[in-house]
Amino acid sequence: MPVEVRLPTVLRSRAGGKSSIQADGGTLGEVLSDAVRQFPDLAGQVVTDDGVLHKFVNVYRNDEDVRYLDKLDTAVSGGDVISILPAVAGG
Amino acid sequence: MLRIRRADHESMINHAREGVPNEVCGLLAGRPGSPDVEVLYPCHNAAESPVIYEVDSLDMLKADRDAETRGLQITGVYHSHTHTEAYPSPTDLRQAPDPEWHYVLVSLQDDEPVTRSFRIIDNAISEEPFEVTDN
Repeated sequence: MPVEVRLPTVLRSRAGGKSSIQADGGTLGEVLSDAVRQFPDLAGQVVTDDGVLHKFVNVYRNDEDVRYLDKLDTAVSGGDVISILPAVAGG
Repeated sequence: MLRIRRADHESMINHAREGVPNEVCGLLAGRPGSPDVEVLYPCHNAAESPVIYEVDSLDMLKADRDAETRGLQITGVYHSHTHTEAYPSPTDLRQAPDPEWHYVLVSLQDDEPVTRSFRIIDNAISEEPFEVTDN
């Protein structure tokens, strides 16, 4: 079952201007791969070329930060909402 | 330009003062493309540091959701500098997440707090007019 993937404003132009998209997969990694398959401009924006989550985004499955779950191996199922958020930091 | 209600501006400055010696941070929400700050979201500085800030990611998630339910979106971030001027640091420049955002700095280095607002696009900083309204 597809899950909703919410995009930060900075990535929306890479996904046809949408604030959220539907993507399929049993893990977060699969869902993000499906998102890139649909919107190739998202490649490299959330997952690095080395296959790990970028440090300048935070990804939530519902209310849980996936870094404290299983990162890209985090299980997802229908009805889950994946939120991709900018990591907002500075000095 | 960025426009903010006096009460929200005061909240921002009080937040900065209460956070000393650490930097504080928070998010701004408004309508896309509008200069007006509609909602201010003070956030936890997850770095708890006098020299860096990191918006707590759960606070970011909650603010983003709340803004969406109000028909708004996150349009910027504010943070304090406790001992330096209200100007983006090299770290601020390097880590600016969104070219459409407003970057507000509150400096506490002088007796009177100084607030300034900037855009950061393609690693270039430009100051924008910052206006406090009574409405």
